[in-house]
Amino acid sequence: MDVLLYLIPIALALGGIGLGAFLWTVKHNQYDDLDGAAHRILIDDDEPLEDEASKKSK
Amino acid sequence: MEAPTLSDKSTDTGSKGLSCKTSSSTNADDEGVLCSADGTQEPEHKPSGAAQSFSQSVNGNDQDGYHLELGVEGIHCASCIRLIENAMAAHSDVTNARVNMSTERLSLSWRGTRCRGDALTSEVTALGYKLYDLSNDTLEASSAGALEKELIKAIAVAGFAAGNLMLISVGLWSSTAEAMGLATQSLFHWVSALVALPTILYAGRPFFRSAYGVLKGGHTNMDVPISLAVILAAVMSISETLRHGEHVYFDSAVMLLFFLLIGRYLDARAKGKARSSAAQLLSKLAGTAAVYRDDQLVRLPLKDLQSGMRVLVTAGENIPADGHVVKGASDIDLSLISGETLPEFAVVGTQVFAGTVNLTAPIEVSVDKVSNRSLLSEIVRMMEVAEQGAAKYVRLADKAASLYTPVVHSLGALTFLGWWLFMQAQWQVSLLHAVTVLIITCPCALGLAVPVVQVLASGRLLKQGVLLKSGDALERLANIDTIVFDKTGTLTIGKPKLLDEPYEPADLKLAASLAVHSRHPLSRALAAAYHGSVFDVIVSEVPGKGLTAKFEGKTVRLGSALWCGNTETIDDGKLELWLDTGEKPAVPYLFADTLRVDAAATTQKLQRMGLKLVMLSGDRKSTVAQIADQLAIEDYHGQVTPPQKYQHLTDLKAAGRTVLMVGDGLNDAPALAAASVSMSPSSAIDITQNTADIVFQGERLAPVLETLLTARHSTKLVKQNFGLAVLYNIVAVPLAVVGLVTPLIAAAAMSGSSLIVILNAFRIKIRSAN
Repeated sequence: MDVLLYLIPIALALGGIGLGAFLWTVKHNQYDDLDGAAHRILIDDDEPLEDEASKKSK
Repeated sequence: MEAPTLSDKSTDTGSKGLSCKTSSSTNADDEGVLCSADGTQEPEHKPSGAAQSFSQSVNGNDQDGYHLELGVEGIHCASCIRLIENAMAAHSDVTNARVNMSTERLSLSWRGTRCRGDALTSEVTALGYKLYDLSNDTLEASSAGALEKELIKAIAVAGFAAGNLMLISVGLWSSTAEAMGLATQSLFHWVSALVALPTILYAGRPFFRSAYGVLKGGHTNMDVPISLAVILAAVMSISETLRHGEHVYFDSAVMLLFFLLIGRYLDARAKGKARSSAAQLLSKLAGTAAVYRDDQLVRLPLKDLQSGMRVLVTAGENIPADGHVVKGASDIDLSLISGETLPEFAVVGTQVFAGTVNLTAPIEVSVDKVSNRSLLSEIVRMMEVAEQGAAKYVRLADKAASLYTPVVHSLGALTFLGWWLFMQAQWQVSLLHAVTVLIITCPCALGLAVPVVQVLASGRLLKQGVLLKSGDALERLANIDTIVFDKTGTLTIGKPKLLDEPYEPADLKLAASLAVHSRHPLSRALAAAYHGSVFDVIVSEVPGKGLTAKFEGKTVRLGSALWCGNTETIDDGKLELWLDTGEKPAVPYLFADTLRVDAAATTQKLQRMGLKLVMLSGDRKSTVAQIADQLAIEDYHGQVTPPQKYQHLTDLKAAGRTVLMVGDGLNDAPALAAASVSMSPSSAIDITQNTADIVFQGERLAPVLETLLTARHSTKLVKQNFGLAVLYNIVAVPLAVVGLVTPLIAAAAMSGSSLIVILNAFRIKIRSAN
């Protein structure tokens, strides 16, 4: 039954990774703006860069 | 210029954007004044007449900067997000700007001076988005979101632990101490303890906190036996583990928490959603008004309006305070206050009320009453009184809990005494049996019985366009015996509709071309009834009379009979618009406020269910009588003022009736608040929807019947679930009392009873539509 000594920690660790990932998403407000994310994908990444450039030139 | 489209929506948003831009131009003028002062100026003493100022909501944040959280109106798409965020990010002193689309909020942080925020926000206003302060209520409602978050995290932890404990427990159950060896059993128990104890400490907090709170106040609630059972189970399991015993209940304790947390979360989410939407609606009401001060137009928050101030109200804007018109003439939409379909024509000297909408032309209003003493706030105040006066409804679950706690605790105590005194058992053994009783009478079934049925029922209703705004609305609805209906907008659609008559297509096209330019209800109805392209005409609106335009060299008029050259007016109660093309005699277009298509069928069905129907309306008595006749409602009252409606409701209550109030106008709001339970159509104004417990969508009345049936069915299921829980306890508790329960039986009984309750709740989905 020595195998239990590996299996139990492995089982707990795998579950723990999933749990940790979920808690991270909750803590970092990943579920706060579900509608916004769907729309933000339409915004081109390079456009804000132009703004950055204009900011610097100011 | 492109031909205007015939969509109501686009004209709406267009004019909204326009009004935003007008207001922002005044803001921009003030911007220089505002921030020319040094950065240390006191926020309370802003130069009065400044741009719309949010400085009272500004918070200092950690990085020596400031933070502001505002509501934003009019965010529809990705470009809205980008516009606002890019405009803010273009400033080097802005450290963070993020738009949340779900909650329609803008979160803004910047370094530098506090008053810098006003310049930034006025820039957003200049883009055409209306900003509003989030009241303390809204921010409190967000902290309800924090509670949900805590519950979600607790569920995740408890779920993880329950799953792993079950793996280990299955090993324990399927073997005996002799077969698996004492060392292995001990290992399994200790691993269980390692997982379970931190979980109980973490995931049990919501229950422990609540139990501690009520115990300190000298009361008791469901959380007290829950906390006690969980803590005792944990302590007993540790002592059993130390003694190498069999009675280790870590899995049951954690599973108990897991199931109960799910129920608790479903409950909290339903409540939190209702609360935050309600608070957000109220925040929107607190807007600003354009006030003349020393011949300059400045924007002031509504609460700063004072008697005698002159306010400019542009077309499409709400009138900010009670007062009288001092300049200009316009049509005022009173439907908010009186439920009247047609707008009232206001000229210099006419009394106007806060909350009504100016439709056609800009007017100037002299404020007579300060905003918090206006008709609108009077009604709001009446509503608050009604809400406070309403007897607090005791939910079924709370009733069950108040029975459950003493019964279970005395059973536990009796078991302990019984084993100790009469069976001469050791006190440890006696305590073990007593604790088993507490664990086995698991309140899972009770804790899940209500939330699961509620979530399934509200999901089912949501599909049909019915939104539940308070958690116990369905329970309260199940008990009603009287329904009070408002007329305009509730039994009827509330908007005039063009009657089906053969109109000349060319004329109709011309009439619609004019009508699209107006916010007048009849114009809108005409425009809505016409499908197709329209002529590109330049239209001017003459308040109180109608619309006029040049078309192919001729003057075309659309408006009242008199104005279109028709002197013989027929007063048959129908609403009409006349079109004068300048060539032939003017043609009338007839409109009427029509009943909801299924109104008669629905009221009939409701009456057949033995419910008493009453109709209260602010409209003329003759119209009310006519409608009541069509719907076979015997008890009806016309020309009822809001206080009378409220009085009628309290009278019905005093007569021992449980009343459902269905209404949509502001005049209904106090009555809605006074009723046992209330519904309003989604076409109702914000404040009414805010008061109502249930909001239904669509142009049919059937949702009222459907919601009532669902309410009765779900309450029946809840009661059945309680019955099942009791039945389960009748079987399981004697086993625990005589000491026959093992950890396997406890775990199986607990999950079994929870599953049965959930499955029974799912029967609400099977029920046929009728």
